[in-house]
Amino acid sequence: MNQENQSNEDPSRQMPEVDRSLLHELVAYLRDNRTELREEWVARITQAQLLEVMTPEEIFSEVTAVYDNYVDALETGSIETLQAYARDLSERIIPRGVETHEVLGIVLLLRDVLARALFVEYQRDADLLNRILDAYEPAANRIAVTVSVSFVEERERVIREQQEAIRELSTPVLQVRDRLLILPIIGVLDSARARQLTEQLLGAIQANRAKVVVIDITGVATIDLTVANHLVQTVEAARLMGASAIITGLSSKIAQTLVDLGVDLSMMRTVGDLQGGLEEAERLIGHRPAAKGSRPDAAAT
Amino acid sequence: MSVAILRQGDYLIASIQVDLSDSQVLELRDDLSERIGRARARGLIIDVAALDVIDSFVARSLGSIAITARLRGAETVITGIEPDVAIAMVQFDLDLAPLRTALDLDEALSLLDRLTQGVGEDGA
Amino acid sequence: MEHEVRVPITSDADLVPARAEGRSLAQALGFSQTDATLIATAISEIARNIVVHARSGEIVMTGIQQPHRYGLVIVASDAGPGIPEIDTALERGHTSRRSLGLGLPGARRLMDEFEVETDAAKGTTVTMTKWRPRDELERLRARRRERA
Repeated sequence: MNQENQSNEDPSRQMPEVDRSLLHELVAYLRDNRTELREEWVARITQAQLLEVMTPEEIFSEVTAVYDNYVDALETGSIETLQAYARDLSERIIPRGVETHEVLGIVLLLRDVLARALFVEYQRDADLLNRILDAYEPAANRIAVTVSVSFVEERERVIREQQEAIRELSTPVLQVRDRLLILPIIGVLDSARARQLTEQLLGAIQANRAKVVVIDITGVATIDLTVANHLVQTVEAARLMGASAIITGLSSKIAQTLVDLGVDLSMMRTVGDLQGGLEEAERLIGHRPAAKGSRPDAAAT
Repeated sequence: MSVAILRQGDYLIASIQVDLSDSQVLELRDDLSERIGRARARGLIIDVAALDVIDSFVARSLGSIAITARLRGAETVITGIEPDVAIAMVQFDLDLAPLRTALDLDEALSLLDRLTQGVGEDGA
Repeated sequence: MEHEVRVPITSDADLVPARAEGRSLAQALGFSQTDATLIATAISEIARNIVVHARSGEIVMTGIQQPHRYGLVIVASDAGPGIPEIDTALERGHTSRRSLGLGLPGARRLMDEFEVETDAAKGTTVTMTKWRPRDELERLRARRRERA
């Protein structure tokens, strides 16, 4: 029984019915010739200069596992075990720097090595060969897709975790002293980071019961209107939570930019350098500060 | 009851329990105005943590309460503004200048103590 | 997935459920706490507009899904007298402090897309949307769930 199968179908579905006895036969062949076929595969991998970050021993160990899982998947028609293995493998090799094209590459090479072997074995009978390949090809392609997708998903998961870690590292809110926080900002400040910065800062104010926050922008090279407004908003939002903010490290370039942009700096306390800012902060905490947020005789709203 | 109002020494503490409709906000304003007079309170703390949002109407009403309170001799401090609400308020660009705020009850009480004892820099 | 929630607005008391539904739908769509608050605040302003200027109307909130993003679309409509000089009203920007409580410029600042259609005869319809991008992983998972 031959079937037309779309080889790029979603791998999470079971492989459709193919001629079971044929499948059984080719799986048996692949198992019997495991050692030779595996060796040939490794040779092709080396020739294609894939997995160069791994040692020969590591490659041997992984290809053995892949080969066995591959043949099992062909036999059972179920790719769950293969998926689980692929995810596990990905988790191991991604930190080593193995890339997507390498993973796809080695799986395709295995597919080719096995296909060729089947050719050689069954070439005497053209009709049988056709039926064998009809059974083999869709299954093999589905495996290729499964492994690749698992790898890509795992990679994306890792990248997202790394991004999150970087974001947190790059906007650390430090508790310097009781009730005093410092937020040193380094590098490029864009809208997304500015928003994340605000949320982190406000959360830290709440958690640490901070009264003063020193936002140091010495490490920021340039600033545009959107980000400047974010900064002003951050200061104002901090005030709503009962904390005063001091901006330090305002370079003359940035100061000029802010003036040119017409940003209202009247609500912001700024001090030239971090040291000065910390001193001002201590003053605010230790002595009788101006009542937070007070505006004498505010106009009626 | 939608707002619990307690007395602590010279201060009144109004703790909002649920998200309020506009009418309820106005009722609160009138209620507080009357109570401050009756209690001769010198300070008022309003805890807004239960408010789902603080939009233009609520912000204006809080400002209005603060002005009325001051006319009756009491300073007002708002507490309970959470980070996400603070962000919404500033992004909305409300005129928040008249509102005094504190992180929590302790801070609000300290602030009121400073404000009501002698002349602070705010010239009240 | 298309979630739709309708909230009739006939008095100021209806603002409370409108805000709560908005927040709830936003959270169901995976918006952050901050964005959910922005959305609820915008809804509050628009709903109040209906009560103050038109006496009654309706807010329809719909969660929508596109390949690359999720969105929450809010449509607030009433059969009121319309908003005169809508263009000026929207351009108010920083002068929201002197606004007549329209709240429209403020709400616009909180959302990603904002449109107003207003007419003395037909009333006013405000359509505003907030988006949240979907990442690659979410999309892959969703594709597999659909096929399962």
